Amino acid sequence: MRYFEQRAGREPLGLGARIITFVFRLGLAIIIPLVAFYILYQGFLFLRAGDAPKGVITLIAIIWGVGGVALLYWIFNWLVELLPTEWTARLQPFVFVGPAMAILAWYLALPTVRNLWISFFGRDGPPSLSLGLLFSNPGEFFSLIAVNTVGLNNYVAVFTDRLMREAFRNNIFFWIMIATPLTVITGLLVAVLADRSKYEKVAKSLIFMPMAISFVGASVIWNFIYEVKPVGSPQIGLLNAIVVGFGGQPQAWPAYTAIAPWNNLFLVVIVIWLQAGYTMVLFSAAIKGIPEEILEAARVDGATEVQVFFRIMIPHIMGTIITVTTTVIIFTLKIFDVVWVMTGGQFGTDVIATQFYRQSFIARNAGYGSAIAIVLLIAVIPVMIYNLKQFREGQAF
Amino acid sequence: MKSARGQKRLSSILINGGLALLVLIWLIPVIGLLVSSFRDRFDLQTSGWWSIFPHKEWQVTRTIDPKELGLDASAPMQIEGTTATFEELRLGVTTPDGERLQWIGNRRLGTIEVQEQVWTMNLDFTLDNYRQVWGGKDFEYKRPDGTVEIIRGDDFSVALFNSLAVSIPGTVIPILIAAFAAYGFAWMTFPGRKFLFILVIALLVVPLQIALVPILRDYSKLGLNGTFLAIWLAHTGFGLPLATYLLFNYISTLPRETLESAFIDGASHFTVFTRLILPLSIPALASFAIFQFLWVWNDYLIALIFLGSDPNYQVVTMRLANIVGDRGQDWHLLTAGAFLTMILPLTVFFSLQRYFVRGMLAGSVKG
Repeated sequence: MRYFEQRAGREPLGLGARIITFVFRLGLAIIIPLVAFYILYQGFLFLRAGDAPKGVITLIAIIWGVGGVALLYWIFNWLVELLPTEWTARLQPFVFVGPAMAILAWYLALPTVRNLWISFFGRDGPPSLSLGLLFSNPGEFFSLIAVNTVGLNNYVAVFTDRLMREAFRNNIFFWIMIATPLTVITGLLVAVLADRSKYEKVAKSLIFMPMAISFVGASVIWNFIYEVKPVGSPQIGLLNAIVVGFGGQPQAWPAYTAIAPWNNLFLVVIVIWLQAGYTMVLFSAAIKGIPEEILEAARVDGATEVQVFFRIMIPHIMGTIITVTTTVIIFTLKIFDVVWVMTGGQFGTDVIATQFYRQSFIARNAGYGSAIAIVLLIAVIPVMIYNLKQFREGQAF
Repeated sequence: MKSARGQKRLSSILINGGLALLVLIWLIPVIGLLVSSFRDRFDLQTSGWWSIFPHKEWQVTRTIDPKELGLDASAPMQIEGTTATFEELRLGVTTPDGERLQWIGNRRLGTIEVQEQVWTMNLDFTLDNYRQVWGGKDFEYKRPDGTVEIIRGDDFSVALFNSLAVSIPGTVIPILIAAFAAYGFAWMTFPGRKFLFILVIALLVVPLQIALVPILRDYSKLGLNGTFLAIWLAHTGFGLPLATYLLFNYISTLPRETLESAFIDGASHFTVFTRLILPLSIPALASFAIFQFLWVWNDYLIALIFLGSDPNYQVVTMRLANIVGDRGQDWHLLTAGAFLTMILPLTVFFSLQRYFVRGMLAGSVKG
C-alpha cells in the first residue's frame, strides 16, 4: 500500500523499484496479449470444428467475432499507452487506423495490383517467381516472365471476343441507357406524387421495400411471374396468364431468344423494381429541400404543375439527379446476381461481371478473367470520380 | 370558387390514384409469392395464385354417357340442342344456355361432361411448404390421391442460424474498424494522414470481383476457407472504404470544443473515442449498420465463394439458390424458402426504416 502512496505522491523512485515496475509492466504486456490470443484462437478452432448445436455455435460466433475485435483494439491501445507519452502519441494513431489500412491493403489494394499482374499472362496465370530468384539469377527471372507473358492479348480479347462484346452491348445499351433512366424517372415520379399525397409515408415505404430483398429472392419472385406452362395447360405465371388471356402465346420471357436481345428487358424490369426505391428516397429528400416560396410564386404567376415541375423543380435538384444517376450507373456496370440467377448469362443476357465469373471460376482462365476485372475497374473510375465530386458539393448527413 | 376546389379534388384523386396504382404494381410480385407459399403444391402447379380471388370457373354438374344416347362419334352429333363433331367437343363447346359440353376420354369409351360457370375461390391453404423447407429431417407429404411421400427437408433453420452468425459480426466488425479509422483520420495527427485517407476513398472504385481469386488463394494457404472469420473479414474488406468515408464525414463534423475539453480533462484518445465519440455517432452508426446488415444478409456471391458448399455452413441465400438450381420447378419450396429468407430483413427494414433512409441519403455507392 505504501508503495502506491509513494507513487501517488510522485516521489522519485529508487532504481530498484523502477526496475521492478518496468519488469512487471513488461511481463503484463506480454502475458495479457498472449492469453487473449490463446482464448481467441481456441474460439476459432471451436467454431471451425462445428460440433456443437447450431444455436450455440451461432451465439459463440457472434460473441467471438464482435468481442474479439473489440478486445484486440483494447489490448493494442493499452500496450501503446504503457509506453512513454511521446511514443504513445506517435503510435496510437496507427492502433486506430492500422487495422483498417491493413485490411484494405490485403483485400482491395493488393488484389488490384495482383490482378493487373495476372492479366498480362495466359490461362494459368504468372509463373511462380520469388524475390530470391530476382537477385540470384535476374536473367532467368526476366526470361520466365517474358516466356509466359501474353502481353496485351487478354485486353485485346476483352474488346474483340464475341461474348464480351455482347456483354458490353448489354451493359451499355440495356443497363446504362435503359435501366438507369427508367429507375431514375420512376423514383422521381413516385417522389413527386408522394410529396403531394396524404399517404406519402406508406406509399414510399412500400415502394422502397424491395430493397430489403436479396437478389436471389427477387429472382425467385420474378421467375414465378415469368413462369411458363405448355400451351393448353393453365398458366401459373402472372405475365403468361395475362398474355394468354389476351390470346397470345406463353413464353419463357427472359429466355425468349427469338426476340433477343430485347429479352434483356425482362431482367431490366426486375432491377428497376428493386432500385427505384433508392432513387425515390433521394429525390424525396431533394424535393423537400426546394423552398416552398419559389413554387408558390410560380403557381401564383399562373404556371401549370407541369411547367413548375420542369422549369423549377428539376433545375433545383439537378445535383441530386446527377448523383443518383451516376450511382445507378456504377451499380449497373457491376451487376451480377440478378443476371446470374435468372439466366446464368445465357440467351444473350451476358454482362461484364457474369463473363468475369465464367472466365475466372468456370473456364479457369486466370489471365483473361483478370483482364476483364481490370477493364471493369477502369470503366467505373470516371463515373465514380464524377459521383464523388457531386457528393462532396452536396451534403452528408 | 367551386371549380378551384373541384380542381383540387380532381388532382388529388389523380395523384392518389396514380400512386395507388404504382404501389399495387410494386406489391403484386411479393403478394404472389406470399400467397403461393401457403398453397398446396398440387394447386400451385395447376392454377395461378390469383385463383384465391373470386372468379368464374367451369365446374362439372353432370356427365352424359354418349352410348346411352346412341351417339356416333365419327360424325357430327346432336346433344342438348347443339351440333358438334368429336374434335370440337374435345376442346369444349358452349351451348346457347351458357353451359359447356366437353368430351373427356377417347372416342370409344369417353364421357361428355356438362359444365357450368360458377363463382369460386380456391382457399386451400397449408403450412406444409414451410414445414418441408424448414426442417432437415424427412417429411411426410400426402398426395391428392392419398398416397404418402417421404421427402427430405431443406434445413432452412440451420441456414437461418448461419446467416445470423455471418451477418451480425459482418455488420459490427466493419463498423467498429471503420469507426476507429474514421476517428483516427478526423482527430489524430500522424504522417501521411491525407495520403492514406485519399487512398481509402480511391479504393471505393474497386469492384469486389477483383479481390475474389487472390483472397481465395490466401485463405487456402491460411486454412481459413469455409470459416466464419473468412467471410467476416471479406465483408469488412469490401465495406471499409464506404464505411470509413461516411463515418469520417460524420465524426469530423462533431463539435471541436466538446472534444478539446475532454482532452484538457486528461482523457486519452481511446477514452474520448469510446465514451464520447461512439455515443454521439449513434445515428450515423445505426444508419450504416442497418444498410450493412441487409447487404450482408442478402449477399450471395461472397458467401458462395468464401463459405463454400458445406451444407452445414450455408447461408439462406445459398440455400435458396440451391433449390433454384436443383429443383427450379418446385415452386412450393421456392416460395416458402424465399419468404423465409425475406422475413428478417423485411422486419429490420420496416421497424428501423428511418435509420435506413438516412443511410441512403448519406450516399451509397455500394458495389
